[in-house]
This record gives sequence, structure tokens and C-alpha cells, in this order.
Amino acid sequence: MQPTLEQKQKSQTNIKSKKPKIPFKQKEQLQGYMFVAPWIIGFVVFLAGPLLFSLYGSFTNFNITSTMDFIGLDNYKRMFTNDNIIWISLGNTLYYVVISVPLTTAGAILLAVLLNQGIRGMRVFRTIYYLPAVLSGVGVYLLWMQLLSPSSGLVNTLLSWVGIEGPSWLADPAWTKPALILMKMWSVGGGMLLYLASLQSVSPSLYEAAEIDGASAFQKFRHITLPMITPVIFFDIVTSTIGAFQIFQEGYVMSKSGDGGPANSLVFFNLHMWNKAFEVFDMGYAMAMSWILFIIILVLTVINLKLAPRWVHYEGEDQK
Amino acid sequence: MSLAAQTKRNYFQSVKFKKRLVKALVTIILISGSLLILSPIWWMVSTSLKSMQEIMTYPPTFIPEEWHFENYIETIHKGPFLRYTLNTVLITFCVVIGNVLANSFIAYGFSKIAFKGRNILFAIVLVTMMIPGFVTLIPQYVLYAKLGWLNTYLPLILPAFFGSAFYIFLLRQFYLTIPNELIEAAKMDGASHLYIWWKIIVPLSKPAIATVAIFSFNGAWNDFLGPLLFINDERLYTLQLALQVFKGQNDTQWNYLMAGSLMALLPVILIFFLFQRYFIEGMNLSAGSKG
Repeated sequence: MQPTLEQKQKSQTNIKSKKPKIPFKQKEQLQGYMFVAPWIIGFVVFLAGPLLFSLYGSFTNFNITSTMDFIGLDNYKRMFTNDNIIWISLGNTLYYVVISVPLTTAGAILLAVLLNQGIRGMRVFRTIYYLPAVLSGVGVYLLWMQLLSPSSGLVNTLLSWVGIEGPSWLADPAWTKPALILMKMWSVGGGMLLYLASLQSVSPSLYEAAEIDGASAFQKFRHITLPMITPVIFFDIVTSTIGAFQIFQEGYVMSKSGDGGPANSLVFFNLHMWNKAFEVFDMGYAMAMSWILFIIILVLTVINLKLAPRWVHYEGEDQK
Repeated sequence: MSLAAQTKRNYFQSVKFKKRLVKALVTIILISGSLLILSPIWWMVSTSLKSMQEIMTYPPTFIPEEWHFENYIETIHKGPFLRYTLNTVLITFCVVIGNVLANSFIAYGFSKIAFKGRNILFAIVLVTMMIPGFVTLIPQYVLYAKLGWLNTYLPLILPAFFGSAFYIFLLRQFYLTIPNELIEAAKMDGASHLYIWWKIIVPLSKPAIATVAIFSFNGAWNDFLGPLLFINDERLYTLQLALQVFKGQNDTQWNYLMAGSLMALLPVILIFFLFQRYFIEGMNLSAGSKG
């Protein structure tokens, strides 16, 4: 950084002497703004503006055709007094987050550790495990609806081999969310890739030193591997929690015509919000819902950040 | 003395043996896991080639008894899938171009030019990644409705030309590894930032740009929410939207549904195998910065 600045100042004086009207530093500033201008415009038009509109709209009875009448906290009150589904949707969403995030995190770490044992064909395995993570969209949901089909699906066929009579998955309210979590587990290779990169950056000398001290494999994992990858675990947990809270498509596509599955068991918070906004056009209410979700995510992220110093281990000198 | 040496040697031998055993065990676990991971894809292929009658027999077969390749022809004839494919290709192409151009441009500003407020602006870029998309969904819908852009591809394409936080972040990470001396030298020769960006940085950062191109190809090709919200006209449907409608029309016609799904997923699978390196590099690039 330091030599760059010096050079900049040098060239600054050069140009200054030639063109005194536009100082170099100012020109440089202007060019900087020019380069980030598209993002600033996009930020204002597609994010900041809509955020403000949504915040104000959440206090109105906006339904796209009417004028926006300010109705104070009515939308927020209605959530607590006049909407049973929202609590079901919140429960469904929490269920999904609380089970899927730890499972996928643990699964990804386990896979990465297995792949990092110096075995032959690591790259081939990595490709295979990562493949499902790049597949997404309706095609994948349709595939899983077939896989989870109670009598003709692959999942129950495999279960029957080990003597388990599989549930009826997407048709049984108790099993719809486990079905989606199972589907999520299929793409655990995405997280695995992050952990693998991080594991490969752990210096082998640490393990060698521990081996000389007679550390067991588990001790090495517990006291070297795990602390070294905590920054990635932290990042993974934060982002996948945020992601899991926003689950929508799975519930929409994998229930018949987006109705939220048997006994509302697939009505996630965002699906309920979607139905309010674009099925009955109760947009003021839906916008209020979106802010509740935003606040929940914000609070959880802040808690995550606050808890981080207790368990996330940063190698001060290790950062590039 | 000699006894101690003996046991020591044995000890080392046993450790070596143990390590081999562990490796063999891990390999067996990974192979079984691989089969488990790949089995859904095989199942999709096999189901797409079966007759409905065979799909319904119990227990299900892993390899079709009769291969009904005509399922694919019949699936394609069930709707204007060629049109949907072209629609999707058009949108995806524009989104990829937009993302590559805009994000590499913006990331240059955030990494190679010093200007007032840069760090604050970049912090905002990072924070925007945490905002749930649904908060801005309704206002964006209203905005596009007022502009008369519903049932056009503008809401799907245009935002790509204004940068996306994750890609800006990814490219900035990469640009930071390009020495500033290179830029300073070019500046000495009188090159403008625009020239340096286009002629020096973009060619040097091809791998990172390829990563962005592939990720955004994937995102645009598989986008369901956007078309679901903004497109009503059947002629403008994308593949994802068409698949969802197809699902409703052919409720239990699993062979057609699987054939359709496979055809929609095929470009992504092909690109994955062709450009796998860039997927992994992209992930490593974002992982490396978490330390």
C-alpha cells in the first residue's frame, strides 16, 4: 500500500504541473465513483428504494390497486391476533432451519475430513459429491418428488433393503419436512468444498507435532482440525441459516399447486408471505411479514456474531 | 536396549498398518457414499426411459426392462419446449453478459482505485448480502408493474447489469491478488483506468471471470422465482416455469416428468463437467477469505 501511495503522489505532482485545472487526486476520485456507479445506481433502484417503500408499505393497507392508506401497526397486530397460518409457517421454518443447518454443516465437515485423508481418487470423489450442489431448480424438485414416491421411489426402495418400511414422505404431514431436509442433504457437497479448501490449508507440521506428542486421531481432530476450520464453520452457519430461513421454492413446487402440502406442513414463512402478496394481494401485510423475517434474521446474525469470539479461532498471522 | 528398539519398530510398523487400514476404510465409505449420491441421477435417467406400467410395478427396477427412448420425443411434443428453451437461452445469455461486465467493472473500482468512502461503500456491499430477497420482492414487483415491464424479460435481465454483491466480492478478492505495480506502471504510460481495466485486468482475471460467468449461468438457467413472478404469458415461459406447469398437467406421468427434468438439467451437468475447475476455484476464492 505504501509504495503505491508514494507513486501516486509522484504522478500526481507530474500531472498537476501540466494540467493545473483538474488535480490528479480529484480525477482519480471521480474515476473511482464512475467504476462503482453501476452498483450505486442498482443499490438505490433495486434495494434501498424498495426497502424504504416496503418499510412504509408495511404500515399501510396497500394492495397494488388501492391508494396506500396509513394504518399504523395494524398489519403487525394482525399477525398476532388474526393469522394462525403465520405461526404454523414460522414453526415450519424454524423446524427446517434448526434441523437442516446443523445436519448439513456436520455432514459437510465429515465429508471434507474423509476426503482429506490423502486417499487415491480424491478429485473424482470431490467431483461426484459436489455435483448435486450445482443442480437446482424445478427439475431437482421433480426428481425428488419421484425419489420420495412412497411405493415406486428410490428412497423407500433403498430403505426396504435394510428392512425399513419407509414413510409416505411428501404425503404425510409428519414427514414432509424431513423429506426436504433429506433433499438438502443430497447437496451437502457445496459446503464440503469450502471445508476441504480450508482443511488443505492447515499446516501438516501441526499434525506432525501432535503425533510426536502421541495424540490420537480424535484428539488431533478435536484440538487441531476443528479449531483451524472454525472460521469457515462460522461463515457456513451464518450464511446457511440466512438461506434456510428463506426457504420458499421447495414448499411451493413440492406441494400440490403451491398449497403448502398436507396439513399446512410445507407452508414456510416466505410461502405464506408469497400467498398473501400475490394470491390475495394483501401486500401491506406481506411487506410487514417480510420485515419480521428480516428482523429475525438480523437478530440471529448479530447473536451469531456475538457468540463467535467464544468459539471461532482466528490465526492472527495466518491471514493473507 | 535392543528390546526397546524392537518394540519401537513394531510400533511404527503398526502405525503404518493402521494408517493403511484407515485409508482403505475411508475409501470404502466414500465409494458407497458416491453410489448413494449418484443413484438419484441414475434413477432419473432410468425412470425417464420406463413405461408408466413398469414405473408402477413393485419392487421398482433399477434398469428399465424396455428402453422407451420415445418418451423424450413425446415429452418434447407435449408443449413448445423448443420455444421455452430459446427463451431461457436468451435470458441466460443476457444475464451472464451483464454479470460479467458489470461486476468486473465495479470490482475494479472497489479494489484498484482509491476514492473517498470506498470502504464504507464496500461494507454496504457486504451487508446487502444478508438482506432477505423477499423484503424487496413486493416493491420490485410494484416498480416493474408501474413501468409496464411485467411480461417482459427486463425485470429478469436488467438488474444483472448493476452488479451483484457476491460476484463483486468474489472478483475483488481476485483483483487484490493482482499487483498494484502493474496498474501504476500502466498509469505512468498514460493509460486510463478504463483502458487498464479492459486491457490488463480483465485478461488477467479470466479464471475468476469464468467463475462468475458459470455461477450466473447456473443462477439464470435455474431461476424460478423471477419468471414465476414477472412472466404470465405462456409464450414467454422459461424452462423452469414450463416444468412447473408441466408438473401440474402430468401429475403422475413420472417418465415424462423425469425426461423433462433431465433435459432441463443437462446443460448444467455438461457445464459442470466441462468447467468444474472454475466452480471449485470460485468456492476456494470465497473460502480463502473467511480466515
